[in-house]
Amino acid sequence: MYNAGKIFLGLGAFAALVTAPVWYSVANGKSGPPELQKPVEGKECVEPTAYMRAKHMELLDSWRDAVVRKAEHVYVSKDGKHHDMSLTGTCLRCHSEPAKFCNRCHEYSGVEVYCWDCHQQKKRS
Amino acid sequence: MKRRSFLKIAGAGLAGACAVPVAEALTHAAKTEPAPGAITGKRWALVIDERKCLTKPGCNACLQACHKPHNVPAIPDPRHEIKWIWKEQYQHVFADSVTPYTAAALKERPTIVLCNHCENPPCVRVCPTQATFKRADGIVMMDEHRCIGCRYCITGCPYGARSFNFEDPRPHIAEPTDYPTRTRGVVEKCTFCSEQLAVGKRPLCVEACEGIGCGALIFGDLGDPSSAVSKLVRGSDLARRKPGLGTSPHVFYIL
Repeated sequence: MYNAGKIFLGLGAFAALVTAPVWYSVANGKSGPPELQKPVEGKECVEPTAYMRAKHMELLDSWRDAVVRKAEHVYVSKDGKHHDMSLTGTCLRCHSEPAKFCNRCHEYSGVEVYCWDCHQQKKRS
Repeated sequence: MKRRSFLKIAGAGLAGACAVPVAEALTHAAKTEPAPGAITGKRWALVIDERKCLTKPGCNACLQACHKPHNVPAIPDPRHEIKWIWKEQYQHVFADSVTPYTAAALKERPTIVLCNHCENPPCVRVCPTQATFKRADGIVMMDEHRCIGCRYCITGCPYGARSFNFEDPRPHIAEPTDYPTRTRGVVEKCTFCSEQLAVGKRPLCVEACEGIGCGALIFGDLGDPSSAVSKLVRGSDLARRKPGLGTSPHVFYIL
């Protein structure tokens, strides 16, 4: 192999450059996913945690379509429990501070959450 | 390995890989259903008895009963104001009925107006995203999530029943309720209180009008021949706004 030293040096520099943001985060202690505020009351979400983590956006989409477009307000979860499909009324009952739950993860993953432009962040009644 | 057997194995593997998410989706099909106490109808309609309404001059019970719980902002600039139900002068509501001899008192008579929940809603026809749509029970509904703010519906509606949020409505809502506000850039209007019907209650304006003992607003199902609105609509000469346009409004007036 010709110029092996230069090539490996170049590859090393390239790898370092590409992974620089990762090392930067590690150095600043931001390597893992953010700490989320656990709900105080309520032990179970409407679906298992793993499902909620991966698919909550799809679930909320289906809730929105069901409520607004089909006038259906009750969600029957896999375990047969009935839930009122309401962001403010159901989700926020446990996740009472979206800033310490939704927003933290969304900021971490760089996904804008604009639910609160319209939906209320605090249940009043 | 022969090409044939390679293709067979690859095909089977691919099908297997596809089967996993499909099976997952099928087993996790979300089930939704209407709330147990929901009121359902075949064709909702509203009758406004102007004779009764006029017995309470200056009454704003229905307007307040609607705008406050629905977080309709009170924007002072008339070019930006948001209205779901409001009062309009008779000469503007029933312009076709006004003659050169109509008395000023009648021309200026305050008349309650709101979305007519038309049978052939032009707003629905022109909406490019189906953000506004007609439900099976006749309610012309708004899905604010889908509204892109093009305002075709505002141009399409011959009754001016729709309002556009030219600015963020939140600073103009004195006491917000749990009902979602709207945001800058979407259109809004009366929804015949779909959220009330879903929990077994009638529209807020109707309840408020009954609450003060007036009963000028009568809401009900035209699909049910025994309902109060059915009897009124079938048995008397009721007015509708701009009937010649063919939109077939389902807000009827006893004048």
